[in-house]
Amino acid sequence: MSKEKIKISEDLFDIMPSDYQDLVKSSTYGKEDRGWKDIGTSKELIEQHSLCAGCPESMAFRYILASLPNPEDTVMVGSTGCTSLVFPMVAVHNIHSLFGNQNAIASGLKRALSVRFPDRTKDVVVLAGDGATVDIGLDMTLQAWFRQEKFTTICFDNELYANTGGQESGLMQKGFVAKMAPVGKLFEKVRLPEIARESGCHYVVNCTVSKPSLVEKVIRNAVHIAREIGPTYLQLYTPCILEIGKNSMEGLQEMRDSEKPTERFAYKEYVSEPAKQLLAELAAKDKERKAAAKQLAGQATA
Amino acid sequence: MADTRSVIGTQNKKGQTFTDTWKMMNEAPRTPSFFTGSEVIKEALRRASCDVMIAYPITPQSEAAALIGELFAEGYIGDYFRGESEFAVMSQCAGAAFGGARVFTTTAGPGTMRAMENFPMWSGARLPIQMIVTCRGINSPLSIQPDTLEIAYLLNTGMLVWHAETAQDFFDWILKGYMVSEEPDVHLPLALCCDGFFVTHTKDVVNLTPADMCLPPYDPYRSPVPCMDMECPPVRMMRDPFVMKSNYISYATHASWQQEIWAAVERSRKHSIHWLDGLIDTENTDADIMIVASGTAVSQGREAIRLLEEEGVRCGLVKVKTLRPWPEEEIREATKNAKHIFVPEFNVTGWLAKEIKATIPNHERVHAGPHVCGGMTMPPEIIVNEIKTTLGLHKSFVMAGRGS
Ligand SMILES: Cc1ncc(C[n+]2csc(CCOP(=O)(O)OP(=O)(O)O)c2C)c(N)n1
Ligand code: SF4
Repeated sequence: MSKEKIKISEDLFDIMPSDYQDLVKSSTYGKEDRGWKDIGTSKELIEQHSLCAGCPESMAFRYILASLPNPEDTVMVGSTGCTSLVFPMVAVHNIHSLFGNQNAIASGLKRALSVRFPDRTKDVVVLAGDGATVDIGLDMTLQAWFRQEKFTTICFDNELYANTGGQESGLMQKGFVAKMAPVGKLFEKVRLPEIARESGCHYVVNCTVSKPSLVEKVIRNAVHIAREIGPTYLQLYTPCILEIGKNSMEGLQEMRDSEKPTERFAYKEYVSEPAKQLLAELAAKDKERKAAAKQLAGQATA
Repeated sequence: MADTRSVIGTQNKKGQTFTDTWKMMNEAPRTPSFFTGSEVIKEALRRASCDVMIAYPITPQSEAAALIGELFAEGYIGDYFRGESEFAVMSQCAGAAFGGARVFTTTAGPGTMRAMENFPMWSGARLPIQMIVTCRGINSPLSIQPDTLEIAYLLNTGMLVWHAETAQDFFDWILKGYMVSEEPDVHLPLALCCDGFFVTHTKDVVNLTPADMCLPPYDPYRSPVPCMDMECPPVRMMRDPFVMKSNYISYATHASWQQEIWAAVERSRKHSIHWLDGLIDTENTDADIMIVASGTAVSQGREAIRLLEEEGVRCGLVKVKTLRPWPEEEIREATKNAKHIFVPEFNVTGWLAKEIKATIPNHERVHAGPHVCGGMTMPPEIIVNEIKTTLGLHKSFVMAGRGS
């Protein structure tokens, strides 16, 4: 798609719903430098959501949507869980199918889009909770990586099943007492970032979403690498403030506390050799582009 | 005005000509070929302009799925791969169909059951995926033998369900199936079932359409729901998420959507009648005794009728081609003269007999059986025996040549 396709006929413009008018006037589609700073300025980023007030998932969603390099040609795949509550409000195509099958859906989707649009870039981004990614859907998560499917998998790790009321998940910390873990969780938090690396992901990041600029960077990297090279995986801590008993103002602090160097969400990044090379090329191109723009601006003011 | 966008008459990259399907199926010359059912599936797919096929091995469909892999290697299919399980494969098929591809897969028995959660999702999402089900046993103890119990589970998924008798049905219905399920007012998945081994692993003469003709490609923009390819702007679907059923509007959306799926199944009726030349085939509908069957039980029924005729007993036949849409009116009409209706089935529960009983007046006329199950063959003599025993026609019928 391009922004051209969503242009309304001039004669009909004033009778179109204001949502569409705003989308045409001020969307970030087609803008190479779009990013988290556009939040609040444009219509296709989330305005409202149905998550709990202050839920870090809602922050993460906004940062991710604002950072997609190519939203006009991006399809997102979700799964049942709190993540699915927000999708009706976003302006990229979203597939919600079942619980846990998101990477299988994305595999078929990416291949279909490649068959149908061989000369165009269509990005696919999966976004699901930890129950969907690491428990019920683990087989399909891993197999998509083994097959080197070219899409990004994002796990919103809130360390439990939030949507069904706080049951034990594979990413929950050992010892945590939860519903269905009445004497505390008996095994360690599954080390999915390491497994992702061993399974063939070319870019793996484990972090919180406390800093929008960081989320922007890792999303852009993950999507670009997935597009050109192979699977990428982001595990983002989005604590379920409801189930861990925090109030709506405490999500950010919870993330800051858990990203300290000794904590389980200290920033960790893995980049494969081909991915490093790609990122270097992209950075060089970006520099060139910005320098050219600067020069042009200089000429205009001179 | 000529439709300049039509691809009919142009060639694909394999040099096949996109051909009007009606002409291809009804007017093009046919070549008799001696093939197994699995090979016939491959030949149908060669002509199906299929974009994506996803495979997982399970007897007795493995051979067909592997043969389609060969077609991919030859360049007839856009993409092909082996998924990690049937649940995953059906999800991968869904993803590909969401992305606007014409999709094909095959499965059998336990694979059908493992994938079950996907099927109502397929129909709910209006994905016109075609799935061949080469029926086999689903229960424990393990069996790979043919048994049609799994069809019973598919009947309420919102999918179209057709039951092929022969490899010829298979060849024609795979191609025609896409035409019905891709109609904008239908746009539903199709489970095209056959009795595994009896159809897949036996050789038969099948009349094939020319290999250099193929179906027109699928146009995903004729779908009644948006294709998930970002080629049309997405809309905010609703203010409240769809799982919030306390919201009356959201609830009403769900309820009416289910009704819409079943209405679409009904709307497929006219298209299925057009393409399959009716939802049922009949013989001797004026007879007092009728056999009503689907799948290979139809062939056995035909043979039973011949045996009975030799003994002076006249018997008619209804071949049920589509189970969804269900040919309610047709079956009522075809059985209206019958005093006794026998429903031979390759399963233990007799799901077809139950459907028929629920359809016709005076259903005590229906004798549910004979049943063979667990993968047994159904010698026509068993049907003859059932009819004669039930009707007290027995003298000393011996099952010829089949000692215990
Ligand atoms: C097959 C199946 N089993 C169980 C469920 C019920 N279910 C819905 S959401 C959910 C948990 C989601 O947890 P997670 O993936 O961690 O996402 P979160 O809600 O925490 O964001 C479960 C178990 C379901 N929808 N489908
Ligand atoms: S239940 Fe937890 S994860 Fe879900 S929206 Fe509320 S705070 Fe967020």
